[in-house]
Amino acid sequence: MTEFLQQLINGLSLGAVYALLALGYTMVYGILRFINFAHCDVFMVGAFVGYYAVTPFTLSVATIGLSLPVNLHLGTHSVASGVLVLLIAMAFCALLGILIERLAYRPLRQRSKLTVLITAIGVSLLLENVGQLLFTADPKPFPELFPVREFSAAGLNVSTNQLLVIGVSALLLLGLQFIVLKTKMGTAMRAVSFNHVASSLVGINNDRVISFTFGLGSALAAAGGILYAMNYPSIEPYMGILPGLKAFVAAVLGGIGNIPGAALGGVLLGLIETFVNGSHYSTYTDGIAFAVLILILLFRPAGLLGKVEVEKV
Amino acid sequence: MIKVGEYASLTGQEASFGQMSHHGTELAMDELNARGGVLGKKLALLTEDNQSKQGESKTCADKLISRDGVIALLGEASSGRSLEAAPICQEEKIPMIAPSSVDPKVTETGNYIFRVCFISSFQAKVMAKFALGTLKLKNVAMLTDVGLPYSVGMAEYFKPAFLAGGGKIIAEQNYTRGSTDFRAQLTAIRAAKPEGIFVPGYYTEAGLICRQAKELGMNVPIFGGDGWESAKLVEIGGEAVEGTFFSTHFSPKQKSAAVQEFTKKFTDRYKVEPDAMAALGYDSALLLADAIKRAGTTDGPKLREALAATKDFPGITGSITIDKDRNASKPAVILEVKGGKFEYLETINP
Amino acid sequence: MNGPGPNSPRTPDRSFRPKIILLAALAAAGVLGCFSGQLGRYYTGLLTKVGINIILAVSLNLVNGYTGQFSLGHAGFMGVGAYTAAAVTLFVGPGILPPAGAAWHDGAACALFAGALLAGGLVAALAGLVVGAPSLRLKGDYLAIVTLGFGEIIRVIFCNIKSLGGGLGLNGIPRYTSLFWVYATAVVCTYVVVAMVHSTYGRGFLAVHDDEVAAEAMGLNPTRYKIVAFVVGAFFAGIAGGLYGHDTLSIDPKGFGFMHSIDIVVMVILGGMGNTPGVIAAAIVLTLLPEWLRPVAEYRMVIYSFLLIVLMLTRPQGLFTWRRKWKQFQA
Repeated sequence: MTEFLQQLINGLSLGAVYALLALGYTMVYGILRFINFAHCDVFMVGAFVGYYAVTPFTLSVATIGLSLPVNLHLGTHSVASGVLVLLIAMAFCALLGILIERLAYRPLRQRSKLTVLITAIGVSLLLENVGQLLFTADPKPFPELFPVREFSAAGLNVSTNQLLVIGVSALLLLGLQFIVLKTKMGTAMRAVSFNHVASSLVGINNDRVISFTFGLGSALAAAGGILYAMNYPSIEPYMGILPGLKAFVAAVLGGIGNIPGAALGGVLLGLIETFVNGSHYSTYTDGIAFAVLILILLFRPAGLLGKVEVEKV
Repeated sequence: MIKVGEYASLTGQEASFGQMSHHGTELAMDELNARGGVLGKKLALLTEDNQSKQGESKTCADKLISRDGVIALLGEASSGRSLEAAPICQEEKIPMIAPSSVDPKVTETGNYIFRVCFISSFQAKVMAKFALGTLKLKNVAMLTDVGLPYSVGMAEYFKPAFLAGGGKIIAEQNYTRGSTDFRAQLTAIRAAKPEGIFVPGYYTEAGLICRQAKELGMNVPIFGGDGWESAKLVEIGGEAVEGTFFSTHFSPKQKSAAVQEFTKKFTDRYKVEPDAMAALGYDSALLLADAIKRAGTTDGPKLREALAATKDFPGITGSITIDKDRNASKPAVILEVKGGKFEYLETINP
Repeated sequence: MNGPGPNSPRTPDRSFRPKIILLAALAAAGVLGCFSGQLGRYYTGLLTKVGINIILAVSLNLVNGYTGQFSLGHAGFMGVGAYTAAAVTLFVGPGILPPAGAAWHDGAACALFAGALLAGGLVAALAGLVVGAPSLRLKGDYLAIVTLGFGEIIRVIFCNIKSLGGGLGLNGIPRYTSLFWVYATAVVCTYVVVAMVHSTYGRGFLAVHDDEVAAEAMGLNPTRYKIVAFVVGAFFAGIAGGLYGHDTLSIDPKGFGFMHSIDIVVMVILGGMGNTPGVIAAAIVLTLLPEWLRPVAEYRMVIYSFLLIVLMLTRPQGLFTWRRKWKQFQA
């Protein structure tokens, strides 16, 4: 029983990260009907921003002989600096997301879906490879941003990091629900996702809404990146690929375009993966996510919480 | 000019191994040239980076052998990548010396393939002996990386050795290289209550595993093989790797004069202490030079003969004698992580 | 999606003399094969890589380019073919080949290799059927992710099959691949794909690409066409895999992941989706470029991905597509 409960906690904390990532995918898909392949790399950038916020580094440009040591003097092991780092990463990635949308996706709004998809793949590869160039491919140890304590009770062990992940994700999720349901921008988001022609007819600035959505999704990805790195403190430029794919599966599982669905899908997938990992079939774990994807697409393509859409001709 | 080729993972996931190995080889080459080279000629080291990627080592070997005309190839630290280049060296009759690949299959490829380190079967037996003898563990759990031939090999040899010594393996879990979450496997292991955990994987995952084991409240000794050897183990594992053990080929803290001299030269030049990969890279280059001298030529078949006949070559990782399987029979050292550093614990002889 | 343009560039080409071109190309491949001894293994290796990539790109072009189905799992089929072919030569071979010195050893080895390649292709085609049948109902983005997922599942499965080497993969595969085999296959593959598309049956692929619903309304079964394209594409990818395995002599699951699939997709895009000569040119350029850029290898991937984005923004029809074909991409 203790093992089951322990795995439950492990699964929830993993699932919370997937949920944060899945939210970004689902929001962008809901509005633009396209999968932002570069989302998982914004996740990676968030983790690295977190790393460099507390690690002194040197900004050097060989060609102009510039070598600038940068040290933001943000400490580790403190709640205040931890929150600050989180916010910095979220802000940075929100800007990054908006920039990507503006430069790479917006000009292609009228083009075929495939073109945008390929561009997204290009952006994803670009982020990964620039990351490899700047940060080098060997894994970096992520510092402990928040003070870490371990609790053990009744044979269960939980680290504050795990609790933090679950807590922060829940908070962000509630925040998102608030934005989407109770604010003007949120209503505009829902309008654009429902019918983007009609929404522009009623005076909504689609471009602004789309930018906002990208920024929001990217901020969540950054938070996810930092939380993930806190729990698995080894970051490298390709770290986003597998979690990104799994988060996408989670989004589809919950019903793509559906925000609570993404959260549900994320948690479910985290749980499934953890239990498989702990069983004798752990080497199949990576494949499980995809197996889930295929099953869902075959039997209930709209996802658990999605509504079935009929294609009008 | 005698051209010697080297292929290593200078960038990528195992950059740590490749860079250290390359530093060691480079240092050896420079020393040899300072002493006048070999057979009156200077040695030129041509290095190619395989980026820790699968498939690249073959291209590196192709290029070095056919385009650059090297007379021998040094590499690699990782058995999987050595296996890519070995068939080419064998076909082209160019001797290859692997500094630290421990999987037996590497030298089984052909009679032109040698190594200056011990092999997995020996290393795994060493760890079994250590676990039973020094740590006095009666039962252990194993957490193997099934995506890594090195890890699978180690696990395969550890099991019978440990069982033969009267120990019991009470839990076995797997993961694949690149995973970051081992909590599920560790939780399952925890339920079996082992006295120790054997993790024959690479340093990145080992660091994370130790960390997560600690978080799950597991305070039993965790130990592994030479794949743990990297400064990154401590960086990633933090406090969680204190008190863990691993076997390797070399320790800069060993008391011999040769080791101390090498350590000083290496540290002065590269600003980091040498590890097993560096020491083996160094030894592989020196052994090659010695074999060239003994053969009196850089001709492939004759060089091969000289390498195969190597007896008691004084390497800084120990006395190297190449046996009939072209492996080196050498002692292993056990290191313990103490205070963020690798402290030398004991040597286990074959 | 895209509608057929007014200058429909796909009128049956009367000047297309397929069989003569095929024979000439096969002869050229044979000549190339004879010269392979002189080139030194670095260049031979490079040319082999180029040829294999041509096969992969052209076969993927059938699926992505002509039929408009975005598949990101092509490398998975390559892996299936590589493993199957290697399994045949490693496990079945020793039992039925005469000893090395015997007079007809070479001929038997050739036959064995051909058989192994064929087996690889067929099993890959089967995998294509298994993957395609359920997924091809899905549209664009979903299909991309599902095919990527299948590619990963295939990789995970191979990692776990101990008799096929598991994580270590298969080693000691005999070197049967030669330039002749590679280029002969490339020629045959190109011929098959081009002939298929230019036939009357083949119009269906293009129709499905342009507008599935309209095609269905006209009485075509789009899913059937998609599956055929997928299976044929997978078949050739499997053969390419077999050739790859018998050239690198050692294969493992990690070499057939989605990064590799993306490499092939980029070739198809760069060449121009649906433009076979362009795709071949792109395959050649993109295989040789990394080698030429070896000195600046770390910048290569950055340049690569940057180019991809710029390409999509400015010239989505690909670098090698000229005049007539570009109108169709203006949708």
